[in-house]
Amino acid sequence: MSKKVIMTQEDIRRTLARIAHEIIERNEAIENVVLVGMHTRGVPLAKRLAANIEHFAGVKIPLGTLDISLYRDDLSSLNLQPVVKQTDIPVSVDGKSIVLVDDVLFTGRSIRAAMDALTDLGRPRLIHLAVLVDRGHRELPIRADYVGKNIPSSRHEEIQVNLEETDGVDEVAIIAVPVAKEG
Amino acid sequence: MMKSLFIQGGRVIDPSQGIDETGSLLITEGKISWLGKGEATPPQPDYDVLHAQGLVVCPGFVDLHCHLRQPGFEDKETIATGTRAAARGGFTTVCCMPNTEPPLDNQTAVEFVKSKAASEGVVRVLPIGCISKGRKGQELAEMGELALAGVIAFSDDGEPALNSHLMRQALAYSYAFDLPVIDHCEDRALTESGQMNEGVISTKLGLRGIPNAAEEIMVARDLALAQLTGARLHIAHTTTEGSVDLIRRAKEMGVKVTAEVTPHHLTLTEERVIGYNTNAKVNPPLRTKRDIQALIQGLNDNTIDIIATDHAPHTEADKLCEFDLAPFGISGFETALGSLMSLVHDREISLVTLVAKLTYEPARIIGNKYGRLGTLATGTSADVTIFDPALEWVVDTKVFASKGRNTPLAGERLKGKVMATISQGRLAYKDDSITIKES
Amino acid sequence: MKTSQRKDNPTLQIKPKVSETTSMWRHHHILDVDDFTQEEIELVFHTTQVMKEVMSRPIKRVPALRGKTIITLFYEPSTRTRLSFELAAKNLGADVANLSASVSSVAKGESLVDTLSTLQALGADIVVMRHPQSGAPYIAAKYIEASIINAGDGWHAHPTQALLDLYTIYEHKGSLNGLKAVIIGDIMHSRVARSNMWSLTTMGAEVTLCCPPTLLPVGLSGQHRHLPSVSIQPNIELALDGADMVMALRLQLERQQSGLLPSIREYIQLYQLTEARLARAKPDALVFHPGPVNEGIEISPAVAHGPQSVINEQVANGVAVRMALLYLLAGSQKQ
Repeated sequence: MSKKVIMTQEDIRRTLARIAHEIIERNEAIENVVLVGMHTRGVPLAKRLAANIEHFAGVKIPLGTLDISLYRDDLSSLNLQPVVKQTDIPVSVDGKSIVLVDDVLFTGRSIRAAMDALTDLGRPRLIHLAVLVDRGHRELPIRADYVGKNIPSSRHEEIQVNLEETDGVDEVAIIAVPVAKEG
Repeated sequence: MMKSLFIQGGRVIDPSQGIDETGSLLITEGKISWLGKGEATPPQPDYDVLHAQGLVVCPGFVDLHCHLRQPGFEDKETIATGTRAAARGGFTTVCCMPNTEPPLDNQTAVEFVKSKAASEGVVRVLPIGCISKGRKGQELAEMGELALAGVIAFSDDGEPALNSHLMRQALAYSYAFDLPVIDHCEDRALTESGQMNEGVISTKLGLRGIPNAAEEIMVARDLALAQLTGARLHIAHTTTEGSVDLIRRAKEMGVKVTAEVTPHHLTLTEERVIGYNTNAKVNPPLRTKRDIQALIQGLNDNTIDIIATDHAPHTEADKLCEFDLAPFGISGFETALGSLMSLVHDREISLVTLVAKLTYEPARIIGNKYGRLGTLATGTSADVTIFDPALEWVVDTKVFASKGRNTPLAGERLKGKVMATISQGRLAYKDDSITIKES
Repeated sequence: MKTSQRKDNPTLQIKPKVSETTSMWRHHHILDVDDFTQEEIELVFHTTQVMKEVMSRPIKRVPALRGKTIITLFYEPSTRTRLSFELAAKNLGADVANLSASVSSVAKGESLVDTLSTLQALGADIVVMRHPQSGAPYIAAKYIEASIINAGDGWHAHPTQALLDLYTIYEHKGSLNGLKAVIIGDIMHSRVARSNMWSLTTMGAEVTLCCPPTLLPVGLSGQHRHLPSVSIQPNIELALDGADMVMALRLQLERQQSGLLPSIREYIQLYQLTEARLARAKPDALVFHPGPVNEGIEISPAVAHGPQSVINEQVANGVAVRMALLYLLAGSQKQ
């Protein structure tokens, strides 16, 4: 197994600052934005973005968390049932500009589930997606509106996002998982 | 004329003659014609040989309590299938209870059973007659007629003899025939809708319990009546510590009582019901370790005279239902020896005691009307059981000869197996590994 | 509208230690709570909290169990429990069908096993079963492939009731450790009592049983590995001293007819949960009843409707707990 670091702590900090600026730029009525972090690592990322936005625009954006376990399309084939976590959005989503925040965008299925969950909660004005890493290999027509870094990867590679809040360190790495030899 | 059979070199255990030694025996024309010690061989040379080295050779087992279900319940068992199962279990004489349909409360019914046994049975069948007409517990059955027809005891088993007045009269009347009255001791008022032993497990499982006291009350009553009438009482399937104490005291006082215990009550506890296993549902129910200890003690000090199977077959469909709805009963012929041998292996009783409780002692209760049973004495009917005391085998109910597969021992490993059974000189059962060669 | 409903209760933020996946969940069926571990019960609490949030939304539905077929098989009439399960299943997007078997079906010759085979053929993934005889769901678990949830079998168990009772206390009190719980009434015939005894002692509560001796099953006063460890106190005043939780059980009127009680009047005199008696418990003690309530018999109307009663919360929590259990069971079907 070989590991290559793609983003350092400094890279991550600068990227999140840039995304925060982009969100401010693209949303005239910044007060209408709600940041919703997807469990697990989307949550601290959303928190950091909210702090950045408050720092740059002087506005405190509402912050929510979203669990998609109950909306997954692969529940019957997973080996173990995921533990459901709390969905907690402190304001109504009706008419709001939701920015979903996640760490890695891959097949797009989690985002599909997140959109279903959000539309069950109300009728947002729009839903945008912010991700730290886009690694390609989409299986559904989903795209991110704000991307930290594009990391083209093969299916045999694993993108590992570590954040201080959850893993003790800030780092994005790509790990090549050896392909099983044919017997 | 059938060739003689020489059973050679086994451990011959015959408590009726005080024999426990290596030896051989010869069977000629249905009788035991010769018994020899050690390497001795019989005078005439022309016989087939069954090599019994490493095996125990003893009198055929005598079962004082079983249910053959015919007439009336042939889907559960017939005399043909039941006696084949008995033979597989080493039993050469079985006494069948009269709770058939119609019940054995008259001469015709008894003769039906006897003739079926003669034509289709593979071991000796001795019927038990009813105490009361129709087993209804109200009027005495015609015990004299039944005695003449050949019953060896009277019982309403399945039902207790609830009416004390009737039980007294039954005991008194039976005195004339010198036949025992066998009672299924259960105070129905205390056991109404009971499903299993009343105790920790019945509380855990939420099932209504059958308390020890229900048996002990009737045992005490019957002992008092036996003392009053001076008649012969036999207590069926004893299961509790309290019952053993009562019987012991009564014997000390000279009451003419004998008692039996089943293999399952000696080896299995109420914990077998956990999971709602209907195959462990039996009446009287499986009790506790403490009761088992008392029963074993009772066997060893002769408070309990004999072991009897209470073989009670039911169809699979009968037992495949809610616990409350399942009938009581365990199919016991084919696992009796295997399960009892665990007591010998654990040194709770001796092998000789076990054989005595299965042969000599039950034969004593039956008496000599049908010849001397439970013995290898020369001149007596050749009823011989040969078993391997150490062979391990797994209980596979699919190969049972009995129609009843209802045993909690299904799939269990037992140590001790019947290898051959000879009933009245005919080979009634033989394990595939046993060969009989010309000499 | 807020999506979260949190009471102003600092202890409620207790997060039971759960990992990312439910690997500690070992149950393919929910037949009783006798062998549930503390971790499993905490997982149920955690999942129930999430389900309560779902139920507070305008659209109380998630697609987690979409495509699953859940059939309720009730041999005893019960509007509330069945409705609770039905709503729970529908909230998770499952398809639900109800079968009311009755004693007459049995009389017509259709055995339990026959009925279960039919359900299997109809593609049931989960069967919710209530039956008047103890042990019936165990037959179901042995003979069909569907997961079985026991909605009450005879006197034996009512696991989902015990879990929702437990959750209700948990919501109020946080931990159950050291809590004094008193169960009053016909313990002998009560599946609710049996299941609660197990679940409460597993979570560290101290359980006292209070009832006429004729309604107490044998074996509970000693220490046996097959039974939970409880105390017995036939005097209601003494039993209630310092209690944190009081559960009154329904008294079936036929108990008097079967000779177990001299009269209902005497039962009321000795065992009814009244305000005066409740005052001996802690001031913040909670009053439970599995329902339906015989007001004026095992519990006075004042207590049943009083400020300490959580009877309505039990019902509300019932749907959320059952949603949690269905979700966890659906996961176990792959293992």
